[in-house]
Amino acid sequence: MLDRINKAQNDINTACQTLGRQINIMEVCGTHTVSIFRNGIRSILPKNLKLLSGPGCPVCVTNQGYIDVVLQLADRDDCIIATYGDMIRVPGKEGSLETKQAKTNVKVVLSSEDALQLAKDNPGKTVVFVAVGFETTTPATAVVVKEATAGAIDNFCILSGHKLVIPAMRALLSEKNDNINAFLCPGHVSAIIGYGAFAEIVEEFDRPCVVAGFEPVQIIEGLCEICRQLSTGKAELKSMYSAVVTEKGNIAAQKIIDECFEPVDGYWRGLGKIPKSTLKLKDKYSQFDASKRFGISEEPSEEIKGCRCGEVLCGLIEPPDCGLFGRNCTPQEPVGPCMVSSEGACAAWFKYGRDK
Amino acid sequence: MTQMTKATKHDRILLAHGGGGQLMDDLIRRHILPGLKNDTLDELGDSAKLDLASGSVCFTTDSYVVKPLFFNGGDIGKLAVCGTVNDLAVAGSKPVALTLSLIIEDGFEIELLDKILASIGETAGRIGVDIVTGDTKTVETGAADRIFINTAGIGIRLADVDLDFEKIAVGDKIIINGTIGDHGMTIISQREEIKFQSQLKSDCAPLAGLTVELLESTTGIKFMRDPTRGGLAATLNEIARSTALSVEIREIDVPVRPIVQAAADMLGFDVLTIANEGKFVAVVSPESADECLSVCRNHPLGKEAEIIGEVVETRDVPLVEIETRIGGKRIVQMPYGRELPRIC
Repeated sequence: MLDRINKAQNDINTACQTLGRQINIMEVCGTHTVSIFRNGIRSILPKNLKLLSGPGCPVCVTNQGYIDVVLQLADRDDCIIATYGDMIRVPGKEGSLETKQAKTNVKVVLSSEDALQLAKDNPGKTVVFVAVGFETTTPATAVVVKEATAGAIDNFCILSGHKLVIPAMRALLSEKNDNINAFLCPGHVSAIIGYGAFAEIVEEFDRPCVVAGFEPVQIIEGLCEICRQLSTGKAELKSMYSAVVTEKGNIAAQKIIDECFEPVDGYWRGLGKIPKSTLKLKDKYSQFDASKRFGISEEPSEEIKGCRCGEVLCGLIEPPDCGLFGRNCTPQEPVGPCMVSSEGACAAWFKYGRDK
Repeated sequence: MTQMTKATKHDRILLAHGGGGQLMDDLIRRHILPGLKNDTLDELGDSAKLDLASGSVCFTTDSYVVKPLFFNGGDIGKLAVCGTVNDLAVAGSKPVALTLSLIIEDGFEIELLDKILASIGETAGRIGVDIVTGDTKTVETGAADRIFINTAGIGIRLADVDLDFEKIAVGDKIIINGTIGDHGMTIISQREEIKFQSQLKSDCAPLAGLTVELLESTTGIKFMRDPTRGGLAATLNEIARSTALSVEIREIDVPVRPIVQAAADMLGFDVLTIANEGKFVAVVSPESADECLSVCRNHPLGKEAEIIGEVVETRDVPLVEIETRIGGKRIVQMPYGRELPRIC
């Protein structure tokens, strides 16, 4: 493995030297961010190669307004909120799910199935599943929605905050940050949507898109492939994760997503409103849609004062550039979502990075 | 007498078992004493009278609230002995006596209590430590989560051994006696009912046998600590913080079982921050490092011991750094806690 790493490292060095300018590569996925930091990958890259952490951590990109809606539901005595662990510490306008947890109606679940089980076990309450995540977690949500339909489990519903990766990448390039030279594309999401899905980014924006796995050697070889493309001046679509990712992806998972959800315009932290970027339950499943059941809707909400998570997510600044980083905002007392989630860029910087 | 016959029929703890009456006496004599038998305890005095070989002792206490009570590789009883014994051991002493306090929730199954007490007796017996006095309290339902245990312990300080942060110097080697993260990942996996939990096993073990042998047969050990909560990361950061020196370790030399690594990766934990209950970190002078390593490796609890890094000069602020498998470097932060609730 070290041979492969050394070779890729040498090739990256040569390419970056030849290019001679600042190269900005965005890793879109939070799991990549963590692996890059945990393995000290930045420390072995040339100085003019900059890795930007993109909008690939579901907790981080979730709009403030969505969090506020969840908190509003947590205040109801007739509801149980079932959420993935990372969400509970994200601060909303008033407190977080963690502060509401004292009311005992906030339950951390490891899977959507656990949330559905909660509904079965608590027939007197309505269980609201906080359904966030990209194409990786959406199929699991779709499965429980179908199970709830089949089993007529009326006291279960979901608040869909599910998001799509491609529209976010388009929005980034066309509106927010034109300085991104290439994307290291997410391995898990690609396993579902297929690496072919990134072809439009390559074609329309002329940016290399390379799918990589999460082992350090896979990441470094992915970066190496990007550098090769940049030095030849030809953007290509390539998957370096062939053991897991195919061109067409997981058709069954795509089908169940399509069956249950439809893309609508949605709000993202930092990126604002992105057309057709958020998944809403289709009308035939509307009885399981928490926003319809409780007549609530996600408002574009004001973000926390001083918090620059939005700019971090767009790769416009690095976490230490934010005035709150490490002072008012730490993993113990996070202000912004990028510090809350273990896959957030700020948390990774704080945990593994040296002060700038 | 009628009362006592009735009491033996109870299969659950009642509030009255802590009431100081017949029921309590029965609980102590029938369930607690038999597995822990020794002359001092059998006196059942208000205090234990100890004749110690030396006037210089280490004295410590710890409380145990682990959930689940029984886990692969141990249980709350074994943990309550090992935890306190290990605190005495890494301070450079030979543990000799423990106290045992039980706080039991109304309704707790006596059968489970018996199992826990048997485990306490077995673990303490294995390393020649007596449980010399104790206390039992019962509390109403909801006031405790089934059973909590406190143990305090006394150890005789070994002659000519004085372990202290202040002795640590640049160039000293860092030794660990085996794989890290086993205990914490076992507990969390069992709590979360993760499928591969059966392959994980806590490392919970009393270290005094090994540490005493190490301290008596080698020189050059400057400091020891057991990396329990906060794991190896916390212990190394304490060393850096207390000495104003930095620590560098190599990922490739830190022993981790693949299944533990897989479980930690899956749940998003850094294995360096995961708790251990049968490990110590020793800081030793460079010239004695190999000898210490070989003593460890000849002991059942140190077979997988490794030299994992060194103490180095501080460049800017005292730091713990790890050289990763790929030759990169990153900081190992003091963990911020709360990752794993109630692991010990």
